[in-house]
Amino acid sequence: MAEAVHQAFDPLSTGSRAKQIRSKTIVYGLLTFFALLYMSPLFIIFINAYRPLEEIVREGFISAPNTMSWSYWGEAWSTFCIGGNCEGVSRYFVNTLLMTVPATVLSTAFGLVNGYALSKWRFKYDAWVFGLITLGVFLPAQMTLLPWAFVLGKLGVSNTIGGLVLVHTIQGISFTTLFCRNYFVAVPDDLIKAARIDGAGFWRIFWRIMLPLSPPILIVCVIWQFTGIWNEFLYGTVFTSGSNQPITSAIVAFSGSGTGERHYNVEAASVIFAALPPLLVYVFGGKYFVRGLTSGAVK
Amino acid sequence: MTKRSLGSRLAEKTPQLVLIPTLVAAFMYVVVFSLWTLWISVSQSTLLPNMAYGGFGEYAALWQSKRWVVSYQNLFVFGALYVVGSLFIGSLLAILIDQRVRFESVWRTIFLYPLAISFIVTGTVWRWIFHPQTGVERALNDLGWISANFDWITDRDMALYVVIFTGIWHASGFAMALILAGLRSVDGDLVKAAQIDGASMPRIYRKVILPTIWPIFIAVTVVLLQFAIKTYDLVVALTQGGPGVATTVPAIVVYDLMFQRGQIAQGAAAAVMILVALAMVIVPYVLWTNWQAKKEGQRHG
Repeated sequence: MAEAVHQAFDPLSTGSRAKQIRSKTIVYGLLTFFALLYMSPLFIIFINAYRPLEEIVREGFISAPNTMSWSYWGEAWSTFCIGGNCEGVSRYFVNTLLMTVPATVLSTAFGLVNGYALSKWRFKYDAWVFGLITLGVFLPAQMTLLPWAFVLGKLGVSNTIGGLVLVHTIQGISFTTLFCRNYFVAVPDDLIKAARIDGAGFWRIFWRIMLPLSPPILIVCVIWQFTGIWNEFLYGTVFTSGSNQPITSAIVAFSGSGTGERHYNVEAASVIFAALPPLLVYVFGGKYFVRGLTSGAVK
Repeated sequence: MTKRSLGSRLAEKTPQLVLIPTLVAAFMYVVVFSLWTLWISVSQSTLLPNMAYGGFGEYAALWQSKRWVVSYQNLFVFGALYVVGSLFIGSLLAILIDQRVRFESVWRTIFLYPLAISFIVTGTVWRWIFHPQTGVERALNDLGWISANFDWITDRDMALYVVIFTGIWHASGFAMALILAGLRSVDGDLVKAAQIDGASMPRIYRKVILPTIWPIFIAVTVVLLQFAIKTYDLVVALTQGGPGVATTVPAIVVYDLMFQRGQIAQGAAAAVMILVALAMVIVPYVLWTNWQAKKEGQRHG
C-alpha cells in the first residue's frame, strides 16, 4: 500500500522539466534550511570547544575560529574545578554512567516480563494492574519529590548513585511495561496456546518464544530509558549533591560556579561530554527506535 | 505428593507472582506518594514536614502569589505555541521528506537528533546563541551591522518566545517522525482519486492526506502537552525563569518552594496543581480513546 502511494505520488519526477526543477528547488531548499538550523547549535558548540577564551569573549560564540587548541577537552574532562571539585566532568560522567546503565537494564528487564505476563497470561483485574502501572508514566516528578526524599533517607541511600538507580528503575518500569505490553499484545495467542499444550510453562515460553520476538521493542525500551535517564536533571539535583551529582547537574553548576571569568571553551567541551552518549545511541539506534515507536509502542 | 501439587500451584500463579514487585512499587509510587504529597499540601509543614492538618490555606496563598500566577499563565502560552509550532514544523518536515527525497535517513536523523539531547545541554547552547553578548547579536555587530538588535532572551516581553523556539527545536523532530509514519499509512487510492480530480499537491495534503491522519495529531498533541506541563530543566538552563519572573514555569516554583524557601506545604500544593493540569489533558484523552475503541468494537461486531 505504501508503495502504491509513492508510485502515484512522486512530484519530484513527474510533470514538465521546468516544474520538476522548481519543485526540487523548493523541497531541497527548505530541507537544507531546516537542516542548517537544526545542526547549528552542534557546530557552534564544537567549534568553541577548540577556541581560546579571549577569542570567544572578544568575538562571541558565532565566529570563525582563528587559533585552535585541543587542550580544553582535557581540562574539561579531568582538571577543571566545578563547585570546588577539581576533577573535571569525568567524575560526573562516571556517576551518570553508573546510574544509567543499571537503571536501564533493570527497568527494561522488568518491563519485558511484566509486559509478557500482562498480555499473554490474562487474569482477573489484569487491566487494573496495567492501568496502575501506566499511571506512573503520567505522574509528574514534583508529586514524588518529598516522599522519595523521605524513603531514600530511610533506606540510607540519600545522596548516592544507588538511590538514583532505585528512583529511575521504579519510574522507568511504568514506561517499559507500557511499551512491552502494547507490543506483545500483537503476538498471536495461538503461539502461546500451542506451546502450553506442549507443556511449556511461563518462563519457558518467555525464553523460547517471547524473548526471540522482542528485539524491536527491546531497542525502543533501551534507547528510551538510556537517553531519558542520562539526560535527567531534577531527581539528580534534588537527591544528590556535590561530587555525587550526575553530569546534567554538573553542567548547571558549571554555569553558576566560577568567580570571575566564564570558561566558555571548557564549558563547551563539558557540554559535549554530557551530550555525546545519548547522541551516539540515537544516531546508531534511531532508525530502530522510530520503527518500534511507530509500530505500536505509542498508542 | 502434596509438595508437588504446591509446586504446580505456584507454577500456575507465576504470572501474578512476577508482577508483585512491580505492583507493590507502582502502588507505592503512584498511590501512596500522590496521597502523601496531597496530605503535605494541606498539612502544617514548613521547612520540615509536620503532618498535622492545616487546611487549604497554602493553596490560597499560592494563588495569591504573583509568581505562581505568572508561571501558570506562561504554561498556557508556552504549551499552546509549543504544541502548535511543533506540529506545524513537524508536518512540514514530514511532507518534505515524503517527496521521495534522496538521503531520507540523513534528513531524518538531522531533524530527530535534538530529541536525544538533554534539556540542560539544549538550554545551555541556545542561551549562548540568544544572549546578546555572545550570540547572534554579537555576530551581526561584528559583521558590520552595528545597529543589529536581538536581545529577546533579556527582554521581559520576548523571553518566553525564546523558550518556545527552543522547545520547538527540540520536539519537532519527534512530531515529524510520527506524522511521517502516518503519511506512509494513507491509502494510495485516496490520493490517486484526488489527483485525477486535478487537485494540486499542497491541496491534496491539506484536504485529503492530513485530515485522514488526525488521530496521530491528537496523540502527538497529548504527548507534547505532557512535556510542556512538566517543563523544568529547559527553562533552568536557558533563562532560569528570568528576566525577573518572565519565563517562570510551575515546576520551577515547586522546586523553589520545596528546596530553597522551606515552604514545603505550599510547594506540595503547587505540585498538586501541576497534577491537576496534567489530568485535564490526560483524562479526556483516555476517555476519548476508550470511547473510540468501543465504537470500533461495535462496528466490527
